[in-house]
Amino acid sequence: MPFATRGFSGRRGQADTRVPPGQTMVEKWPVLSAGPTPQVETRDWELTVQDETGTDHRWSWDELHALGVEDITVDIHCVTHWSKLGMAWRGVSLDKILANVRSEHRYVMAHSYGGYTTNLPLEDLLDGKAWIATEAEGEPLDPEHGGPARLLVPHLYFWKSAKWVRGLTMMPDNDPGFWEQYGYHLYGDPWKEQRYR
Amino acid sequence: MPNHLDGNALAGVLSDVFTMDVTAARGRCGSCGRTAPVAEAMVYPDAPGLVARCASCDHVLVVVVTAGERLVLSLAGLDAIDLRV
Repeated sequence: MPFATRGFSGRRGQADTRVPPGQTMVEKWPVLSAGPTPQVETRDWELTVQDETGTDHRWSWDELHALGVEDITVDIHCVTHWSKLGMAWRGVSLDKILANVRSEHRYVMAHSYGGYTTNLPLEDLLDGKAWIATEAEGEPLDPEHGGPARLLVPHLYFWKSAKWVRGLTMMPDNDPGFWEQYGYHLYGDPWKEQRYR
Repeated sequence: MPNHLDGNALAGVLSDVFTMDVTAARGRCGSCGRTAPVAEAMVYPDAPGLVARCASCDHVLVVVVTAGERLVLSLAGLDAIDLRV
């Protein structure tokens, strides 16, 4: 079926066990975007976590960093078939952010500046599996790559790592986010090729 | 460099669904009410699907995803489409 989207070039046929099925390694970091790039200054940036009582837990840029920034080296797998291995990131663990947020709900909707959303199980954001990332490859995260801060959930396809993240809302059911409501998988495990529902 | 195209980028995939040229139709944005040819929308192709947004307010008008062997089409952002028959 014809489809007017640009492909990504990379090295095919690599038998690297770090590359999930259906993926191709790239060196250059592709930019994917479904809308205009929000320009958010760090002095205006805020992260809000809303629990089921409607209580908002808020962190400014400085308050986020005060929780402790860590180095992360992970492989990234995009549903559009590219993988970028060994990416160096810096960010704050969601374990630290959610440490004092009590919730009985099992799911989370991530919200972004610009209106993007994506759904995740809460357990996939905990136990050292997810971060609010503010740097990549030794530089502050560029706006086109989701700066000043994006969600980083590297064990799932990269559309789950919401660019320009501004909030997380606890939710009782696994409601679909933006791409999920248009046919993309509710979970998105690259090793199981969970691209579509 | 702009990262979007105009609404004519939808023509190919929509021609697989509709017998008429939807890009020539006038659509009304469900958010701001702007009425304009679909061809004037801003289409973002470098994404997991095609996303067409209102040229006035950025509201999502049309989403097209080829999900394996399925095509998922949303026109939910358009209040109305005015097609010449």
